[in-house]
Amino acid sequence: MCPTYPHPTGWLSGAGDQMNSTPTVGVLALQGGVREHAEVLDALGARTALLRTPADLLGPDGLRVDALVLPGGESSVIDRLIRTFGLYDPLQEAILAGLPTLGTCAGLILLANRVEDPAPGQQSLGVLDATVLRNAFGSQVDSAEVELETAEGPVRVAFIRAPEVVAVGPGVEVIARRSQAIVGVHQGAITGIAFHPELTGEARFHRHLLTQIGGHQQRAAS
Amino acid sequence: MLSPADYVNHIDKQAFTVPFVCGATNLGEALRRITEGAAMIRSKGEAGTGDVSEAIKHIRTIRGEIAALHATFQANPEQLYVAAKELAAPYNLVLEVAQAGKLPVVLFTAGGVATPADAALLMQLGAEGVFVGSGIFKSGDPAKRAAAIVKATAAFSDPAVITEASRGLGDAMVGINVSDVPAPHRLAERGW
Repeated sequence: MCPTYPHPTGWLSGAGDQMNSTPTVGVLALQGGVREHAEVLDALGARTALLRTPADLLGPDGLRVDALVLPGGESSVIDRLIRTFGLYDPLQEAILAGLPTLGTCAGLILLANRVEDPAPGQQSLGVLDATVLRNAFGSQVDSAEVELETAEGPVRVAFIRAPEVVAVGPGVEVIARRSQAIVGVHQGAITGIAFHPELTGEARFHRHLLTQIGGHQQRAAS
Repeated sequence: MLSPADYVNHIDKQAFTVPFVCGATNLGEALRRITEGAAMIRSKGEAGTGDVSEAIKHIRTIRGEIAALHATFQANPEQLYVAAKELAAPYNLVLEVAQAGKLPVVLFTAGGVATPADAALLMQLGAEGVFVGSGIFKSGDPAKRAAAIVKATAAFSDPAVITEASRGLGDAMVGINVSDVPAPHRLAERGW
């Protein structure tokens, strides 16, 4: 680790660094808004591990994280990078095996099993039975902070080139809408939201993620 | 980069919906561009040279000034009024940056980046992204070098990934030292 790296040390805690029962949440850190998620998780008392390589996710004894955050960013870029870095299969397997996962914005697109308007060559992990439409609320200049009623209560969150969920399968529960558009879903331990709670200091979706950890028994070290 | 049309005024970028990316060599310049409506700040560097030292200087300067403001916010916030005067930037924006420890827009870097290690180094110094032009297009194998620079940027704190990405890339662009560029032609010296 480079000693000149400027970010707070709490944000840099290494993957697999498990000194006690504090849950470790892996945040995919190849591109996009990583730091803000780490700050919310730190404030909730969770340990954050930045995921860039398969070894960050999987140790010799199994998964190194108790939960996963797929952040916002550019979904086609993150998709390309997880394949470049060999993370596509390990991420897909871990989520399908029940690893509690929160995907925000681009992270929601990565989770979905159908992307209605993919960029050329764009794939997704296909672990959430939903169809998403990219940039459903307009371009960057249409970004807005919006008040929504959600399963977590009323929230104020940011929409930045956000996707919309245009169709869901039978096992998917809708947890948030913006007007009529579906912008939040649960499927088992997976939460997919089209917006950014981490940019407005909204921690309830991350807290929900942490509550899902007990049900997941894949982690060998715990 | 184009030469300036107006050596006094900058464009009122608040009047546009299209996003503007503006260069800056120091924090005061960055904050004035943000006040005018810049959507992203690019630390300037010296484009087209393959000499990354100017880019390093500018990102270190901007990040260092932000860190100093953040420390002032924590220890002596009453000194931020004078800090705003010295930066020649609005107090409210100075306060926002001092509190957050970062700019309210993306701060990326460019100018002279020619290798995966250049890009990783700039990320380690606090850039939120790296722009590469001639460092890729004037190299021996642009596609391969572009992929390697992307990889090193994404995994900027992982020496093993950067080392691996740096192997077998063919010729880098032929560099020019910034000190060999006559001062009137240095891009980083344009702007105020």
